[in-house]
Amino acid sequence: MQKPSKDLDKRERIVKRIARELRDGFYVNLGIGMPTLVANHVPHGIQVVLQSENGMLGIGPYPIQGQEDPDLINAGKETISQMPGTSYFSSADSFAMIRGGHIDLSVLGAMEVDEEGSIANWMIPGKMVKGMGGAMDLVASARRVVVAMEHTTREGQPKILKKCTLPLTGSKVVDTIATEMAYIRVTPTGLVLEEIAPGLTFDDVQKATESRLIPSPTIRTMEC
Amino acid sequence: MKKVVANSDEAIRDIPDGATIMIGGFGLCGIPENLIRALARKGTKNLTTISNNVGVDGYGMGLLLSAGQIRRHIGSYVGENKLLEQMVLEKTIDLELTPQGTFSERIRAGGAGIPAFFTPTGFATIVAENKETRDFDGRMYVMERALHADFAFVKAWKGDKWGNLVYRKTARNFNPMMATAAKVTIAEVEHLVEVGEIEPDLVHTPGIYVKRIFQGEQYEKRIERRTVRKPS
Repeated sequence: MQKPSKDLDKRERIVKRIARELRDGFYVNLGIGMPTLVANHVPHGIQVVLQSENGMLGIGPYPIQGQEDPDLINAGKETISQMPGTSYFSSADSFAMIRGGHIDLSVLGAMEVDEEGSIANWMIPGKMVKGMGGAMDLVASARRVVVAMEHTTREGQPKILKKCTLPLTGSKVVDTIATEMAYIRVTPTGLVLEEIAPGLTFDDVQKATESRLIPSPTIRTMEC
Repeated sequence: MKKVVANSDEAIRDIPDGATIMIGGFGLCGIPENLIRALARKGTKNLTTISNNVGVDGYGMGLLLSAGQIRRHIGSYVGENKLLEQMVLEKTIDLELTPQGTFSERIRAGGAGIPAFFTPTGFATIVAENKETRDFDGRMYVMERALHADFAFVKAWKGDKWGNLVYRKTARNFNPMMATAAKVTIAEVEHLVEVGEIEPDLVHTPGIYVKRIFQGEQYEKRIERRTVRKPS
């Protein structure tokens, strides 16, 4: 079923903004769901290599119908393809690569992020216990951790809080948060609002955020 | 040295109730599906299973789950299995969830003689509860223990009669570490070849780790999420 186009627009804006953080030669891990869409917006002229925690460097596009290989899947268990330069390795080697700080950028979704950069994205007590998978390893060790998420819940509640209420995936690990409303940097003194989506004001963003936002001295409009 | 066994039923003949079994695979990719089916046929129960996921309802480890053969499971992601969620809520199974990287390293350590190690993963989360933590060079780490098993069910693409194994693409995942961390490693392969047919530089798991090997009777190799793109 097609997502309503408003949702698609939101996601497009978020992943496009995050794609601007990519640098030539980056090794990047993209989490399940919205983060995988960052791969569709790699800027022209630069090359990044995508890492899949289940043991692959150099993830190719989804295969053409009829060419699916059951031995070739990504971390979300979707069929993918390889490319020239691809390598395969075990899960221990994959997480040694992650934990050893070799991944330049990790993009993942979140249920909550707080003003210290702590993130909760794996469990809702009493409702959902699917397991944490590789998320805890990624947030603990990637060189940069970027959260891709919608600014509020479906019910309009803030997801950027003073303090996470759900069980944490990692404590004080997030570097930046990209939402359809804003681009926010986590700093030792708090959350700095760097960019605002076109058509919105600082107050619009602050109203949708539980923690206090500090306007950046170079605050500007998000390029979309 | 005779490692080759006739089939999956032969391979698991001596597995008792209450055994701890590591099972390879990530999702449905690289799972030892013939060994799992044989275990379901045998009906061995009160098992402790160690595997990243637990298959899906009706296939892979889902078969063992629905037959009530698993008493305790250690893994990192079990979201694909509604039955497991239900069993956890009803307390008919004991579930231990570990971050995937920690899970991988616990198994690797188990086969490598390392009883415990420190990792930054999970510090200040519920994963670190009741575990020793320590500061190294100004950063906090959590102490984790190695994992061992009585048996390991490993799936490889090709193996020779000495037990040397070669894996294929992302079907590799947990199989290499599990092969090292059990008292008895049983390997099922798609292609069983004569000793000397595998180029030594291309061996992924040296045969020292493998006690029993056989060519899998039948491979479904089910795809969990078939995602495709339109041809341009």
